[in-house]
Amino acid sequence: MRTTLTGIVAAAAISTVGVLEAANRDYISIVGSSTVYPFATVVAERFGKLTEFKTPKIESTGSGGGMKLFCKGVGVEHPDVTNASRRMKTSEFEQCRNNGVTDIVEVPIGYDGIVLANSKRAPRFELTRRDIFLALAKQVPNPAGGEKLVANPYKLWSEVNSALPATKIEVLGPPPTSGTRDAFNELAIEGGCNTFAWLKAMKKKDSKAYKSVCRSVREDGAYVEAGENDNLIVQKLSANSNALGVFGFGFLDQNADLVQGSTVDGSAPTFDAIADGEYVISRPLYFYVKKAHVGKIPGIEEYLKEFTSEGAWGEEGYLADKGMIPLADDERRTVKNAVIQLNALTSLAQH
Amino acid sequence: MSNADEQAAVVDIVTAGLKRRYAAERRFRLFGLLSVVLGFVFLFALFASIISTGYPAFQSTYVQLDIDFDPAILDISASPGSEELSAANYAGLVKHSLRELFPAVKKRRERRSLYQLVSIGAEYELRNRLLTAPSFIGRKEALWLPANDDLDTFMKGGIDRQLPQENRRLSDQQLTWIDALLEAGRIEKRFNTVFFTSGDSREPELAGIKGALLGSFYTLIVTLVLSFPIGIAAAIYLEEFASRSRWTDVIEININNLAAVPSIVFGLLGLAVFINVFDLPRSAPLVGGLVLTLMTLPTIIIASRAALKSVPPSIREAALGVGASRMQMVTHHVLPLALPGMLTGTIIGMARALGESAPLLMIGMVAFIVDVPQSITEPATALPVQIYLWSDSPERAFTEKTSAAIIVLLVFLVVMNSLAVYLRKRFEKRW
Repeated sequence: MRTTLTGIVAAAAISTVGVLEAANRDYISIVGSSTVYPFATVVAERFGKLTEFKTPKIESTGSGGGMKLFCKGVGVEHPDVTNASRRMKTSEFEQCRNNGVTDIVEVPIGYDGIVLANSKRAPRFELTRRDIFLALAKQVPNPAGGEKLVANPYKLWSEVNSALPATKIEVLGPPPTSGTRDAFNELAIEGGCNTFAWLKAMKKKDSKAYKSVCRSVREDGAYVEAGENDNLIVQKLSANSNALGVFGFGFLDQNADLVQGSTVDGSAPTFDAIADGEYVISRPLYFYVKKAHVGKIPGIEEYLKEFTSEGAWGEEGYLADKGMIPLADDERRTVKNAVIQLNALTSLAQH
Repeated sequence: MSNADEQAAVVDIVTAGLKRRYAAERRFRLFGLLSVVLGFVFLFALFASIISTGYPAFQSTYVQLDIDFDPAILDISASPGSEELSAANYAGLVKHSLRELFPAVKKRRERRSLYQLVSIGAEYELRNRLLTAPSFIGRKEALWLPANDDLDTFMKGGIDRQLPQENRRLSDQQLTWIDALLEAGRIEKRFNTVFFTSGDSREPELAGIKGALLGSFYTLIVTLVLSFPIGIAAAIYLEEFASRSRWTDVIEININNLAAVPSIVFGLLGLAVFINVFDLPRSAPLVGGLVLTLMTLPTIIIASRAALKSVPPSIREAALGVGASRMQMVTHHVLPLALPGMLTGTIIGMARALGESAPLLMIGMVAFIVDVPQSITEPATALPVQIYLWSDSPERAFTEKTSAAIIVLLVFLVVMNSLAVYLRKRFEKRW
């Protein structure tokens, strides 16, 4: 009995090795941000169903994790594309170069709004970025006045801003590992921080101290890390009408019967307001393509074409249906031209 | 004091304490019973919530449309080649038939929201139909095509008409169109075969678990082929051949420890060894199976050793006594008697492997994979991973798919565990 089993195992092992040697990837491998994942997957699916190419494989690894995999090197075992809910960092660009990934095509694809929402059973919150900063930052300017920082003393929204209801500050949001959290800190909290002139001035003098004040979230229980699953946050909000939640616009769009988005600086998070830049808490989404793989892995150019077609990322494209906010018309044209020609990034200078 | 007096004193003490002891006994049993009841309540609540949210997923909504396979609408020549056919305008066919149904809808925006009632899957289906049977060109057919997830949710009662328009996924106008379609008998709910025959999709109405099921199947095959023989060989050697020494003690402690190691650790190990060192493909069931083998081996070894231990020594002595070699003693006598227990252990180990998702995260099996895997080296996901991915999707209609996938997973787990119980009952010998 044992000899036959050994035989089977040996045969299996040999046949796998044979398979592996012949393996030459015939599908596109994509990694990266969980925020871009719902959009990239839609494109990938249509691409796979309506062309002769295989459907790309998309792993949701987070922006940082995706960059790490992407920059590991050139070759079939490394991914061809990485999605990111922020721009590539200089350190990542350097890492890529050091590993021989020199020609990278950057594709900005659109925007994602970050909303603060609460249950429909409670009145809608009308917030400013300053309110958000005061309610959620770890340290805030002394309420008694002066240019001194104190540990965040606010317990009720009404203490932050008398126009707000006298309910407990309780915000459910993503953990620090999430790209949504990074963007929220940068756009909402830092945005509110900058409304204090002396804090803004600190940026030039002591940028480290500035960051630790303007991008840190309080840890005394007012901000609750509710995990990466946005559906869970929506469920918790509908059960607890006093809490606010932080998540992506796509989830607000799908759950409009349960939750409502708070206005920020006078603008409600609607599709149009985010697209116009009127709603300020929104971030750009990107993906990056390894140029060395174009032509080696079948379908990359066609995938790029599909992604940048008006039917996909246009104002009435299917990505907009899924909640992605498109780029402006002329931006789309410029990006598309650059992408079709596969213009590689030379540096990460602002464009 | 006499003996009789002493006895009477003892009896007094006993009778005095009797009531208290009976009460304590009753309390003790009650606690036990309560624990069982509590366990059942939790289990029942879990099942009830999963089944009640999941069962609608086994049905899906179809819309009947009169599709006119007119080459002019398809934007192709009268006798097209397959390349021309695969790139034809299938969306146009669906849109055309919807426009014919509702000729009053003229504005661009309105038309767009009308087209949204039918799933993109309709296009795929029409395309497949024409690619397999080009003879349809020029004909007019009434076809049942998949509805969009919002319409599907509405048909299952998931969208409340009473809510103000901006709070629901369907507009008032879309509702009047749906009413008209219902009136004409053009909307129907059917058994959801798509759920069992297709891979993952970002459109809830097109998403299926076949890819995940096959991924789990391939992964478990690899796990079984590796862990069963290795586990049993290790157990036999440790139990029957190895002499007790410091070394076997160390090995035993290690095996017991490994059985308690969190599964994510095995995933990290798999990433470091199988993918980074051996260059095996990411996301493949082969690597998943290898990782889960590491995870299930200790379980199988421990169960197999217990099964071997339960074979009485007299059997071994008798076999050796009539002149069998030790190998013959093991293969002819001990192993057949211990096998039911070993199989039980293996099945329980496999069931655990089936429900595992954390180690697969590290090796890239948490991915969007539409094509159903055909071999152990093609990218695949597994059932628990599919559940995780769906639970994190924004579309509301994925909630029921998530629960439905959990039901399928539970069915498999129940079947596997019942099989283990059956094997034990049927073949186990007691001495």
